[in-house]
Amino acid sequence: MSSPLLELKQISVSFEGFLALRDLDLVLNKGDLRAVIGPNGAGKTTFLDVITGKVLPTKGDVIFKEKSLLGQKEFRIARKGIGRKFQSPRIFENLSVQENLALSVSRPKTPFSLLIDNLKVKHLDEIQHLMSIVNLQSKANIRAGALSHGQKQWLEIAMLVGQDPDLLLVDEPVAGLTDEETDLTADLLKSLAGDHTVLVIDHDMEFIRRLDCPVSVLHQGHVLKEGSMSEIQKDPLVIEVYLGQSEEEE
Amino acid sequence: MSIFSSKKSWIQLTIWVLIIALIIAAPTLLPVFRLNLLGRYLSLAIVALGVDLIWGFTGMLSLGQGIFFALGGYCTAMFLQLNSSEEFPNGIPEFFGLYGVEKLPFFWEPFKSSIFTLISIWLLPAIISALLGYLVFRNRIKGVYFSILTQAALLVFFNFFNGQQKLINGTNGLKTDVTQLFGQMVGSEIMQRWFFWISAVLVILAWFFARWIVRDRFGNILIGIRDDEARVRFTGYNPVIFKTIIFSIAGGLAGISGALYTVQSGIVSPQFMTVPFSIEMVVWVAVGGRGTLLGAILGAVFINYAKSLVSEALPASWMFIQGGLFILVVTALPEGVLGWFRKGGLKKLLFLIGINKKLETYPGLEVNEQGEVKS
Repeated sequence: MSSPLLELKQISVSFEGFLALRDLDLVLNKGDLRAVIGPNGAGKTTFLDVITGKVLPTKGDVIFKEKSLLGQKEFRIARKGIGRKFQSPRIFENLSVQENLALSVSRPKTPFSLLIDNLKVKHLDEIQHLMSIVNLQSKANIRAGALSHGQKQWLEIAMLVGQDPDLLLVDEPVAGLTDEETDLTADLLKSLAGDHTVLVIDHDMEFIRRLDCPVSVLHQGHVLKEGSMSEIQKDPLVIEVYLGQSEEEE
Repeated sequence: MSIFSSKKSWIQLTIWVLIIALIIAAPTLLPVFRLNLLGRYLSLAIVALGVDLIWGFTGMLSLGQGIFFALGGYCTAMFLQLNSSEEFPNGIPEFFGLYGVEKLPFFWEPFKSSIFTLISIWLLPAIISALLGYLVFRNRIKGVYFSILTQAALLVFFNFFNGQQKLINGTNGLKTDVTQLFGQMVGSEIMQRWFFWISAVLVILAWFFARWIVRDRFGNILIGIRDDEARVRFTGYNPVIFKTIIFSIAGGLAGISGALYTVQSGIVSPQFMTVPFSIEMVVWVAVGGRGTLLGAILGAVFINYAKSLVSEALPASWMFIQGGLFILVVTALPEGVLGWFRKGGLKKLLFLIGINKKLETYPGLEVNEQGEVKS
C-alpha cells in the first residue's frame, strides 16, 4: 500500500459555536470496507458533508488521492471519484430506473455531450449489469418513484456504483429495510469493497456485524474507538455512549 | 417505408397533413381580423414553450420572461423604423424629432442591418438571460426567491424603457404597422398573412426544438434538477450550467416570440414588460399542462383566443374567468388540462357525471325486454 486513498486530518466543523466535528482523523486505504457508527448527533452525516464538499470544515484538511478537496464544488468532487448515498433514498422519482442509471453512468457529464451524444453501448451494458446486481431488470422502465423503499435504496446504490467512484460513501443503506433485504445489502456492499473503497454509516448493529469489517465509533464529533466489531462491543466507553449511561446526560 | 407501417404513424401523418393544410388555408378561412389574432397567439405559444422548459421541466418559475419578449420586439421595431425613415428629418425615425434628437443613438446603428436584426432578435435576449441566470444560479438562488428576483428584474427593465423617450420613445413605444418591409406596409393584409404563416411554422419548429432538448438525458437532468438538485450535483453534474443554458434558451424563444408578436400587433412598448403579462405566460402553461410541451402551445393559443372572444362579448369579465381558471388548475388539475387528459382524467370525469358506466364488479345479469332475467 502506497499512500492512503482518503485521509481526514484534524477536521473540525463548528456551526455557530457548536462543534459538530472536532479533530477528527480517519484514514482509508484503497479497497477498504469501513463502518462508522455512533449515536444520534455524533456528527456522522456532517463528516460525509465535509468529504463531499457540502460543508467546509473550520479546521483541518481532506486529502483524496494525495490532493486536498477543500473548497472544491460538490460536482467536481463527485467527478474525482467520490459517490455518496444519502440517508433517505434520493433518486429521481419521475424518471425510470433505466433513466436514473443512465444519468449516473454517462460520461462526460457536460450539457453538450448529454444533448448530442447517444448513450454508448458500453454504458448501456453497464446499466444492464447494474440492474442485474440490484435485481431491478424487470423494473427497468418503471418510474423510480413507484419502487418500494428497499428497491429505491438499491437503485441509489446502483447509481452510486454507476458513477464508478473510487470511494463510496453510504449513509444508512438499510434504514427501513426488511431483514432479508438488509442481509442482501450487506453482501452487496462487501462484494463492492476491493474494487472500490466503501465507507458505511449505520445504526444497525446486526448489519454492521454482518459487514465484518473494521468499525470506527464516532461520538461528539470525535473518533472514540476503532477496531473490529467484537472489540468495539466489549469496550466500556462505547457501551457507555451507546447505552446512554454516561454522566453527561443528566 | 417502415416508419409508416404502424397504425400510429399513419394517424400522426394524417394529423400533420391536417395541421399543414389548416395553416395554408387559414387566411382564406378566417377574416383578416381573426387571422391576425390567431397569428399573434401562435407567436405567444413560442414564449410559452420557453416558460414550460424552465418551469415545467426545470422547476424554475420565472416571472420575468416579459423582458426577453420585449427585447425581441424592440430589436424588430428598431430595424423596421430605420428601414422606413428616409423621408423623415435627419433620416432617423420620426419620434426622435419630438424630443429634439438629431443624431441616431449609437445602439440603433447596427439595427440598420437586417441580418444583425434577425440574429439579435433571439441572441440578445439569450445572452442577457444567460448572464442574469448565471449570476442567480451560481449563488444558488432558487424557488420563491428566484421568482421574486425575476419579477424585480422585470420591473427594472419596465421602468427603464418607460423613461427613455430620447432613446426608444419611452412609454409610447415603437410603432411597426406603418413601417415598410420589402416595399410593403408591415400592417398590410398581405404582410400580415405572411407573418401568420411564419408564426405558425416557427411554433412548429420551436416545438421540435424543445422536444429535441428534453427528449433524452439532457431533459432528464432538467427534471432531476427540478426534483432533487443536490442529487444532480452529487452525481457529478453542474446544475448551474444546465440551468443557465435552459434559461438562455427560454430567453431566446421569448425574443422570437416578442418579435413576431410585435409585427402582428403593430407596436412594441414597455407594456410588454408589465407584471401581469409575464404572469399570464405562466398561467397559459399551467392551464395547458406544465411539463407537456403541447400543453404550453395549446394553453397559450386557447386562453388568448378565449380572452378575446370573452372580452368582445362581456367586457371586463375576462379577469374573473382567468383567475377562476387558474384556481381550478391549481386545485383540481395540478398537471394542467393536457396532463390531466393524458392521465385518463376524461374517463374519470365521464364516470363522475354518469355518462360512462363503471364496470360491474360482478357479472351483470342479462335482462330481456320484459325486464325478466334471462336464464
